[in-house]
Amino acid sequence: MKRYKLPVILFLSSSLLFSCSQSNESSTTEPAKKETAKESSQVDLNQISTDYRTFAIAEIDEFVKKTEEFANAVIAGDVEKAKELYAPARMHYERSEPIAEAFAELDPKIDAREGDVPDAEWGGYHRIEKGLWVENTTKGYEKYAEQLIKDVKLLRAKVETVDVTPDLLITGAVDLLNEVSTSKVTGEEDRYSHTDLYDFVANVEGAEKIYELMSPALKEKDEALAKEIEQRFQAVYALLDKYKKGDGYISYTELTKDQVKELSQSINELAEPLSKLGVVLEG
Amino acid sequence: MSEPDKKETTSVFNKNVSRRDVLKAAGIGGVGVLIGASGIGGALALADVLPTSQKKENTNAVVPFYGKHQAGIATEVQNHIYFAAFDVTAEDRNELIQLFKEWTKAAAAMTEGKSVGDPANNKYLPPDDTGEAAGLNASNLTITFGVGPTLFTKNNKDRFGLQKKQPDELKELPKFPLDSLEEQWTGGDLCIQACSDDLQVAFHAVRNLARIARGKAVLRWAQAGFQRTKQASPKKETPRNLFGFKDGTVNPNVKNSAEMNQYVWVQPGDGPDWLVNGTYLVVRRIQMFIEVWDRTTLKEQENTFGRYRDSGAYLGQKNEFDPPDFEKKDENGEYYIPMTAHVRVAHGDGKQKILRRSYSYADGIDAKTGTFDAGLLFISFQRSISKQFIPIQKRLSQMDELNEYIVHRGSAVFACLPGVKKGGYIGETLFS
Ligand code: HEM
Repeated sequence: MKRYKLPVILFLSSSLLFSCSQSNESSTTEPAKKETAKESSQVDLNQISTDYRTFAIAEIDEFVKKTEEFANAVIAGDVEKAKELYAPARMHYERSEPIAEAFAELDPKIDAREGDVPDAEWGGYHRIEKGLWVENTTKGYEKYAEQLIKDVKLLRAKVETVDVTPDLLITGAVDLLNEVSTSKVTGEEDRYSHTDLYDFVANVEGAEKIYELMSPALKEKDEALAKEIEQRFQAVYALLDKYKKGDGYISYTELTKDQVKELSQSINELAEPLSKLGVVLEG
Repeated sequence: MSEPDKKETTSVFNKNVSRRDVLKAAGIGGVGVLIGASGIGGALALADVLPTSQKKENTNAVVPFYGKHQAGIATEVQNHIYFAAFDVTAEDRNELIQLFKEWTKAAAAMTEGKSVGDPANNKYLPPDDTGEAAGLNASNLTITFGVGPTLFTKNNKDRFGLQKKQPDELKELPKFPLDSLEEQWTGGDLCIQACSDDLQVAFHAVRNLARIARGKAVLRWAQAGFQRTKQASPKKETPRNLFGFKDGTVNPNVKNSAEMNQYVWVQPGDGPDWLVNGTYLVVRRIQMFIEVWDRTTLKEQENTFGRYRDSGAYLGQKNEFDPPDFEKKDENGEYYIPMTAHVRVAHGDGKQKILRRSYSYADGIDAKTGTFDAGLLFISFQRSISKQFIPIQKRLSQMDELNEYIVHRGSAVFACLPGVKKGGYIGETLFS
């Protein structure tokens, strides 16, 4: 989850200065910041934004479906099945992060890690994860599963309202990799299931999707940069391929220290040129 | 030696006045008129042409150790810090008192640029002073002592008969959302903050005090910190943190005793009398993800803090010291200073003010990720932790955009004892 997007639920109890609706507005309108720089390319950036929106909504549709399957396994008391479905379901969320996490009030409900929110408010994926892997049970977690279904459906409804701008895409691509650098690569995201590599891959794929959409515009502006970015994506994937296992990935705990460091550095090497995507916008 | 209260009496005619002081003074009193030049530019220009003899008057670089308050709090920020937290291993109250007496004596000597103990005359003994500061001046060394909550009670045990003296304010901070505290950077029974314009002098101070403490207290954690040096910024512009932004713009005026009494020094009636004229110190070791920051667009960076990187002005304002307008909106109806901007959230309704006296740190690399382990050794002084620091940090932990780029790894609180007169010892009010 994006760290700063906690405010809304937590904020109920605090200061007078910011009302909930205000802070809510401030994060959801982030994508809509209108001062978006002028387009300088022949490529239609608005079309790119529309295409991205279509992609993200399709991911979230899939996320709702897979979350329901996961949650229903929890409700049915099927620990093994729930464990199997956990990581793949989350990938859809992680892939569409720039949009999925735009809702300050929903993101913590779906994706808060232990300690991110007060214990009494903690629910969502990671709460159930703890039950499954630490306690090896679904007992007592049914209520979280039910709530999770409600929350992801609400997310799906809200996503319709997001205004995708080129601005959002450009920062979104790097933000996806920043997520990897600050939580996935350290094993802090899925600290009980150790399925961090799934989230890792999904974040990279999400960034790649944005890059793909932007790449014709980028190539017009800076062919060499585009090439560099593509090479770095390949390098990251080449590393990740080493850790494939069946349809998924090995446990984070199986990675050696050096391998973690190598992954971390490859993300930094990719994120650096990717952060220059903004050259397609003037200003 | 420079006159003891030099710091308080510096005037605008003296090169030691920072640009900021001039701007402040101009803002309230119209210094331009006073010195017959027109406006601030004039005042600065005048300061610049003063004879070098006047510029050099602080070459002894001694900050008085004795006084009503401990030094190192209202003192102009030095270039370096060496901060250390200790665990007390002594079990006897008298041993503890003895330690404070010895520390006071050694600290008083070192802050005058003198060595600790007796001169090394006997070749068959290890010298009292460790020697690396020999021949160096004090470089404005200050040594500030504090006591932590665990000195009073630990595991429900009244350790030194001090339990009834423990202030309500002095307890471990609550857990804030997103805290990632590590044992190795947390807590402490005692602390020493050594600040100096020379890192070797600061380190020497802590090293010798730790040596004196051997058998009575052990190091728990320590951290060195830096900021741009005064040599590198002769005009003493506000230092920049490792995210490249001016840091320390908004702070109580340390030269204004009314303001300091209101926000920093513990007053009679606040709590136990022994701490009157002391203050509370909060230290947080905050890692900053500088690689992540470096790939963040300028616009995002500025929105994160709510200030312009270049000038340091609040978004929507022109100059660094212009007051904020949190209601100001741009042509699209968006707030100039976003709702999640660090300064807006930290500012709140403006009622809580703290004295920030932080330093940057850079500790090699994070072995796990291969990225820099660098950040801010955040230090703030306040009269009340519960009324000042906690509400601010609570807001920040919940909605500060900066949380995307930082993580709190260490935390400790200390009560900084009041100052002493010559002949007394730091801690005397606590133990009497
Ligand atoms: C790595 C962590 C942090 C960084 C990089 C940082 C940086 C900054 C910067 C650049 C400013 C604007 C310039 C200034 O007024 O000094 C600022 C203001 C401020 N910060 Fe922080 N800060 C950090 C953590 C904190 C923490 C933990 C607190 C307190 C709990 C805090 C409290 C404040 C306050 C009170 C202001 C002034 C707000 C105003 O009234 O404008 N900061 N900080």
